[in-house]
Amino acid sequence: MRHATAKPLVELSEVSKRFKSGTLALSDISLSVDAGEFVTLLGPSGCGKSTVLRMVAGLDSPSAGSVHAPALTTDKDSTAFVFQEATLMPWASVFDNVWLPLRLQGLSQRESKSRVFAALKSVGLEDFASSFPSQLSGGMRMRASITRALITDPKILLMDEPFGALDDFTRQKLNDDLLRWQQERAVATLFVTHNIAEAVFLSQRVLVMQARPGKIMHTLRINEPYPRTPAFRTSMTFLNYCRELSVALERAMLTETSAQ
Amino acid sequence: MKRLTDVMLPIVTLFLFATLWEFGVRWANIPAYTLPAPSVILHSLIVNWTSLAASWWFTLQITFGALLLACSGGILIASVFSLSPALERAFFPIAVVLQVTPIVAVAPLILIYVDSTTAALLLCAWIVAFFPILSNTVTGLRMTDRNLMDLFRLYRASPWQRLKLLRAPSALPYFLAGLKISGGLSLIGAVTAEMVAGAAGRETGLASRILEASFRTETPKMFAALALLVLTGVLIFMLFTALSRVLLAHWHDAEQLTDTGRTL
Repeated sequence: MRHATAKPLVELSEVSKRFKSGTLALSDISLSVDAGEFVTLLGPSGCGKSTVLRMVAGLDSPSAGSVHAPALTTDKDSTAFVFQEATLMPWASVFDNVWLPLRLQGLSQRESKSRVFAALKSVGLEDFASSFPSQLSGGMRMRASITRALITDPKILLMDEPFGALDDFTRQKLNDDLLRWQQERAVATLFVTHNIAEAVFLSQRVLVMQARPGKIMHTLRINEPYPRTPAFRTSMTFLNYCRELSVALERAMLTETSAQ
Repeated sequence: MKRLTDVMLPIVTLFLFATLWEFGVRWANIPAYTLPAPSVILHSLIVNWTSLAASWWFTLQITFGALLLACSGGILIASVFSLSPALERAFFPIAVVLQVTPIVAVAPLILIYVDSTTAALLLCAWIVAFFPILSNTVTGLRMTDRNLMDLFRLYRASPWQRLKLLRAPSALPYFLAGLKISGGLSLIGAVTAEMVAGAAGRETGLASRILEASFRTETPKMFAALALLVLTGVLIFMLFTALSRVLLAHWHDAEQLTDTGRTL
C-alpha cells in the first residue's frame, strides 16, 4: 500500500530499552507506521507494548537504536495518546476535558467551542458536554477520552489497550466507532491490545510480540478493505486470521518460556 | 427526610444533655462556683456580653488571621516543594520540627522575641495551623495522576499550565482536608498562646477572660467563655465541611476521599 519512496510516519530501527533496574524490556524492535495506517501490537502482558507507544510519544527514550516520530520533531500537536483508563480530569466537565489540548495550545473557550461541540456530536456525547466524568459510564468516558485525543487532528493516534476494561458489548461498539472515526480522519493509529479478535477487526497489520525481552515475532497483514462491517466478524476469513494470530501468539509465549 | 433527622438528632441530644445537667445541678444543690447550671451560664453570658463579645472578636481575628497566613504560606511553600524536590528535602524537616514542638513550650520564647503580643499570638497560632496544610498540599500535589502528567507532557504544557490546570485541582481535596484540621488547630493555637502570655487589658481574647474569671472564681463566666470557644470551633468545622462540599460536590470520589479521612 505504501509508496516505495515515501518515508513512514513512524519508524523504529533496532530499538532496545533497558530499564534502570537492569531489565531488558525491548530488544531489537524495528517497525514502521505509514500515514493513515492502522497497526496493532499484540502480545502478552509485560512484553513492552506500552513502552513502544511511550517512545513514539516521546515520553520515553530508547537505550539503543533510533526512533523517528512526529512527537520528536517540533510538530507539537501531531500525536495523541489514549490510555488504558479514560484518564479524564475528574474535576472538569466533558467539555473542559475535550477542550484541554486546544486550551494548552492557547485557544480560548470561545474559540474552541464550535470545534469541541462538533467533535462531541460526532461521538454522540453532545448532550453530556456539561456532565462530569463520574456521571458517565465506562464506555462514555472512553468516548470522551478518544474525542479529546482527536480534537487536535493528530497525524498519529497511540492507543494503549483502551478497551481492556470494558465489557464485550461496549468494546465491539467502540471498535466499530473507532474504525469509522479513524477512517474519516485518515489518522495513523498504533494500537496495543491482547485481544486477538479486536486486533484482526481493526488493523491493516498486526505485529505479534513476545515478552522478556519484548521482540516482534510475527507480522500478519489483514488484507480486508475498509469499511469493515460487523458481518466481517462472523466470516470464515476473520476466523482464519484469528487462528493464525492465535498460533503465532502461542509460539511467542513458548519461545518466551524456553528462554527463561 | 434523612437530612432533617441528621440535623435534628445532635440538637435534640444536646438539648437533652443540657436539661439533665440543669436538673442534676438543681437537684444535688451544687453551688454555681463548682458547677453552674446551663441557665446560670446563659445568664452570665448575657450579663458579661460586652466584654465577652469584644474578646470573642479578638480571638476570631487571631484564629482566622493565623489560618489565612497558614493557607497562603502552606500553599506557597508546597508549590515550591513540588517544583524543587531538593528544596523539599532541605526544608521539610524544619516544618516537622515546628509541628512536633509543643506550642506551650515555645510560646514563652516567642513572647520574649516578639514585641507585639498580638503578633506573637498570631505566630503561635500560625505554627500550629501551618503544618497540616503544608503536608496535605504537598501530598496532594504529589498524587497527581501519572497518565495525566504524561498527557500534559505530550501536549508540551508549560509549568504554569501544569500547576494551574492539573496539579492544583488534584491537590484541592487534600488541601481542603488539611484546612478542616488547621481550622480547629489555629483556634487551639490562639487560645493556648494567650493562656501562656497571660495577657490582660483591652486587646485580649477569650483565653484572657477565662484566666481572669478563674482568678476571681467566676465559674459561670469561665463556662460562658468556654461555650463561645466551643461554638467557634464547631462553626469553623462546619464552615470548612460546607466549603469542601461546595467545591467538590460534582466530584464524588474526592468528597468521599476527604470524608473517609484517607488523606489524613
